[in-house]
Amino acid sequence: MNAEELQEIVERELARQETRRHRVAVCTAAGCLSLGSDRVKAALVRGVEEAQLADEVEVFGTGCLGLCEAGALVQVDSRQADGHVCRCLYEKVTEARAVELVRQHLAGGAPLPSGQLPLDDPFFARQHRVVLQGSGVRDPERLESCLAAGAYQSLQKALTELTPTDVIAEITASGLRGRGGGGYPTGLKWSTVHKASGPKKVVICNADEGDPGAFMDRSVLEGDPHRVLEGMAIAGYAVGAEQGFVYVRGEYPLAIDRLKVALKQAERLQLLGNRIFETGFNFRIDLRIGAGAFVCGEETALIASVEGRRGTPRPRPPYPAVSGLWGLPTLINNVETFANVAEVIRGGGAAFAAVGTERSKGTKVFALAGKIARTGLVEVPMGTTLREIVFDIGGGIPDGKAFKAAQTGGPSGGCIPAQHLDLPVDYESLVQVGSFMGSGGLIVMDETSCMVDVAAFFMEFCRDESCGKCVPCRAGTVQMHSLLQKLTHFEGSEADVAQLEELAELLKATSLCGLGQGAPNPVLSTLRYFRDEYLAHVREKRCPAGVCKGSAPAASAGAPAAEVSP
Amino acid sequence: MSDPGGSAGHPSGDKRFKMLDAALRRQQYQSDALLEILHAAQELFGFLSDDVLTYVGRGLKLPLSRVYGVATFYNLFTLEPKGAHTCTVCLGTACYVKGAGDILQGLTEAHGVKAGGTTADGQVSVVVARCVGACGAAPAVVFDHQLTGQQTRAAVLERVKAWRSAP
Ligand SMILES: Cc1cc2nc3c(=O)[nH]c(=O)nc-3n(C[C@H](O)[C@H](O)[C@H](O)COP(=O)(O)O)c2cc1C
Ligand code: SF4
Ligand code: SF4
Ligand code: FES
Ligand code: FES
Repeated sequence: MNAEELQEIVERELARQETRRHRVAVCTAAGCLSLGSDRVKAALVRGVEEAQLADEVEVFGTGCLGLCEAGALVQVDSRQADGHVCRCLYEKVTEARAVELVRQHLAGGAPLPSGQLPLDDPFFARQHRVVLQGSGVRDPERLESCLAAGAYQSLQKALTELTPTDVIAEITASGLRGRGGGGYPTGLKWSTVHKASGPKKVVICNADEGDPGAFMDRSVLEGDPHRVLEGMAIAGYAVGAEQGFVYVRGEYPLAIDRLKVALKQAERLQLLGNRIFETGFNFRIDLRIGAGAFVCGEETALIASVEGRRGTPRPRPPYPAVSGLWGLPTLINNVETFANVAEVIRGGGAAFAAVGTERSKGTKVFALAGKIARTGLVEVPMGTTLREIVFDIGGGIPDGKAFKAAQTGGPSGGCIPAQHLDLPVDYESLVQVGSFMGSGGLIVMDETSCMVDVAAFFMEFCRDESCGKCVPCRAGTVQMHSLLQKLTHFEGSEADVAQLEELAELLKATSLCGLGQGAPNPVLSTLRYFRDEYLAHVREKRCPAGVCKGSAPAASAGAPAAEVSP
Repeated sequence: MSDPGGSAGHPSGDKRFKMLDAALRRQQYQSDALLEILHAAQELFGFLSDDVLTYVGRGLKLPLSRVYGVATFYNLFTLEPKGAHTCTVCLGTACYVKGAGDILQGLTEAHGVKAGGTTADGQVSVVVARCVGACGAAPAVVFDHQLTGQQTRAAVLERVKAWRSAP
């Protein structure tokens, strides 16, 4: 494939799309699929065929449309007589509604009067989509559709117009930082691997996404796998690698299927493989499937797992950039990091850096979940305040309840209380308030969540997922969890709280990898902002949120009698 | 006892070993494909018996200790046979906050089965997952391979009951 051939495919596909009066995009990402969108899509296809509208209407599956909780979502773009395109977004579509939609909107030309989401709602209007720009436009299972929407054009530009050093310079200028949690500058990492010596190098995409409550990476892989593959190929060219791996967690079967399809399609058109775009650059990508171990998201553990071993971390240095997979210099980046690359190359580093804050550039995708009116995926410029995300975009707390805390950064993160709602969300400011960006899971809790219980929940997670290689983490998470359990059962004392804090510092300082080092964070941050809740459990033997129902008899009058176990 | 060669089938004549051979061949008997092979084996047999682990070890020329060590390290591999159906309750943060714990408790109360266990009639295994990625539609439950969002305690109990009373 060369530039002209690519252009030809793009034009043919665009011409084909122009002949359609309606383009119907059905969200077929995990959230909507779990609410039956595959059956809705089948009903739409069937309906269109029966109404003999196949020449006028295109029905296709697409990535997450954002408001997962209102799924199954269906987006209809209708071309008016004057060429203007009119968009409707239908929520909670069922098979029966799909039939109606065909009859009224697609055949009759009149949008359904109800069941539409207002597109000027802040949920949609406030977003700035870079990583998710293919969702709703691209059909992840049809390469032509992705090509028409711009896929692989940045790869072509990089290979034919830029040297590897130029590419790295653009990435550095963009200010892009790793979206896998730590926020390490991507340009710096690429340049380290580029400079590392060795005849062979490797690129790995970290698609382990182990943080509970996070589903950004999954959505990108399911909705736009080619964007990630393109980013990896550009990285391979920049650092001098000919082999890439995507390490994807086994819990994501759909993402795995879509990646397999995408790889095959890209190889067939020689967008991956040998002599890509008729240059001297070769790059192939293989899949590796994880098997359910949170610690495998840690880069050295991930490398061990790709090598077919137990996924246990090892001390760094040496860093993977110097000695990684099979001892080769290895570039590891997160899915969302790679998904930003094509945009940097397309528009240039400076344009990318125009969005975001001083030290955190570009956008960030957040997975909004928990006690929030609109759960789903949102992509906003770095530096958007927590208040805007939770209240304007997320619609606030349902059922008239009060906001209590937002948990970010998963098991290594922390809870941010109401007093910090006006915090601009970026890497540094989150750390300042004792939390962590992590991969972008944002779980909102209201007054019915107990912070001690939440801390115990995360500690249990870390205890279960500790690989057991080093003592502070293996034994410390067990101890911290049992202390927290004592508290939630109203059997704890103030000495226990003090010991909890001591252990937290110990784990932070002496654990080998980020799992053990980060595990105390939820405890420390809840202690920092919600110490009175801990103390209520200890001194008054009661849970202010009414979650913990200890086995000890409630001594205080504050505990409702009905909640005391016999 | 067991067959000496990795790719010469299995003395039991079980056809699934032939398919396992095909998987081994596709990976060119490379030892770093151990996870891929274990995935394939579990897909074929439903769980990883000692027999299967030994067979995989021979095929990849790896000591049994290494194969066993890997099989026990990862949560998705199971060394015990599972029930006819699997009900996977997500206990990730989003689902937990939205009441997944209550669903699990319901399963214990109504069907006498705890996380990791199988109902007495061998019909349904209950598994706990740490986020299946549908947090936007939490709480999520996977019935066999079907991911289902916005579940309630009553709906899950109903589904499990139907599985158990099916002929
Ligand atoms: C316990 C643990 C789990 C991690 N899990 C993930 C993960 O699921 N996905 C990810 O991209 N990074 C994860 N990381 C971070 C990676 O080690 C690594 O920093 C990251 O993949 C680098 O990519 P980036 O520079 O693009 O952020 C984890 C780190 C630790 C310590
Ligand atoms: S001490 Fe623990 S980690 Fe070490 S060999 Fe024994 S069981 Fe394994
Ligand atoms: S900190 Fe925990 S997870 Fe990390 S190496 Fe040590 S035991 Fe393993
Ligand atoms: S999965 Fe359909 S909107 Fe997110
Ligand atoms: S926490 Fe259950 S699907 Fe993510």
